[in-house]
Amino acid sequence: MSPTLAVIVRLVAVLGLMLTNGVVMIYLLRKVLGHLHIRLGPMHVGWHGLLQTVNDVLKLLTKEDLTPRAVDKVLFFLAPVVVFVPSLMAYLALPFSEALRATRLETGMLFTFAVLAIVPIGILMAGWASANKWSLLGGMRAAAMQIAYEVPLLLSVLPIVMIAGTMELGAVVDAQAGTWFGLVPRWFITDPLLWPTFLIFLISSLIEVNQTPFDMSEGESEIVAGFASEYSAMKFALMFLSEFSNTFVVSAMGVTLFFGGWLLPWAPDSWYEAVPALAPIVFLTKAYVGVVLLWWIRGTFPRVRIDQMMSLGWKRLIPAALAMILITGVVQKLLAPVLYRAVG
Amino acid sequence: MSETLPVAAFWILALASLGGAVAMMATRNVVHAAFWLLEVMLATAGIYLLLSAEFLALVQVLVYAGAVAVLTLFTVMLTLRRREDAVREFPVAWGSMAIASLFTGGILLVLARFRPALAQVPETIPGVEAFGEQMFTTWALPFELASIVLLAALVGAVWWTGGEDL
Repeated sequence: MSPTLAVIVRLVAVLGLMLTNGVVMIYLLRKVLGHLHIRLGPMHVGWHGLLQTVNDVLKLLTKEDLTPRAVDKVLFFLAPVVVFVPSLMAYLALPFSEALRATRLETGMLFTFAVLAIVPIGILMAGWASANKWSLLGGMRAAAMQIAYEVPLLLSVLPIVMIAGTMELGAVVDAQAGTWFGLVPRWFITDPLLWPTFLIFLISSLIEVNQTPFDMSEGESEIVAGFASEYSAMKFALMFLSEFSNTFVVSAMGVTLFFGGWLLPWAPDSWYEAVPALAPIVFLTKAYVGVVLLWWIRGTFPRVRIDQMMSLGWKRLIPAALAMILITGVVQKLLAPVLYRAVG
Repeated sequence: MSETLPVAAFWILALASLGGAVAMMATRNVVHAAFWLLEVMLATAGIYLLLSAEFLALVQVLVYAGAVAVLTLFTVMLTLRRREDAVREFPVAWGSMAIASLFTGGILLVLARFRPALAQVPETIPGVEAFGEQMFTTWALPFELASIVLLAALVGAVWWTGGEDL
């Protein structure tokens, strides 16, 4: 296969995965939230409502694409693109297995977070272009959140880079192979030193994907869907597809960085060689479990106020993340050699 | 891969960054100007990527597009009291234009006169690891100095905005 053709096949595969994710995740969200609220969620179209989202997608495709008169036409058109393209790009570095990934980037971790940082710009663009006070408020909130959470999110993954010694996501997974004392999998989440780091990562990721404790830019009940109020049909669908997809990407990043990526606990290497599909299946399953956990949080906690989120980001998360980097550095350089000798 | 692809990418990116800069100066809408600035920054990141400076490109996206441009947009939108204020008359500053043209002409003249040696892109591109090692050994002192400068700016900003509370 020629290199150009291979690139095209990979891009189409990524796009397919993203669209499938969107359809599956919308159904899953409605079911998870439904059961959390002690109701059934979609039930009528297909078995247990399985075909409901397919119908919804068809409906969105056939709806009239409205453009309100007062909007800034160019930016209004451009905003869904600016939201959608980065979330598609974010799939490029995800390691589904040793071999299966769109591309192998030496700076994969940084790449994923850097492209996700463009999404709020699209939201801000949508908010401004809509010529609607609520939309503008939503966009401004997205921008303010972006500035506040970007730093702790990036700082929170630095201890992982320090321990794994690389930013390449596949190598980060490889660094988590094996067990402690032949018993506990050596995933980074089993390292007590990294628990505060994981907490910071979790909170910053929730903010990154606008999930409910931090969904101020959308805020259905106060600013009527914020940046998305004026959008309809496919433009709206693109924005929300991107939001769902970002949730998946963030969960996949969490799985890669903390939960051993495609690794199963105690599974010998020969398994992955015998069944090539095992690694991607494990990875996808873990990522989806992560998504459901994120939605459990979404269905449980009320929305915080924007000022509460700001003070959390600036006054708590950033100092905590910096402290964790310092602690990890000291432990890595001074204590780890002693500990390794003790453990053997 | 053949040579044509990078060359085509370079021309597209060069056009995007220069065209974006011109559009940013020419537009009458300050919000549009801020978005054009963002576009120029992203195109610059693309040029870094073309030079195989992967890390620099990502940092450019993260810091300039993700933080600086967002901050610019944020302040522009925050200081506009009415939406109509975004579009304003665009008085042509002939004096500034003359100075800018003189400066550009001077630079071009110097470049044409002295022809600095063009740096060759090495065959094998050093990765992030080599970059980090260089940064914290050879360039450790400038790195620390930069961090002190930034810290001073940070403390200054806090002091400036904190008012009597501090």
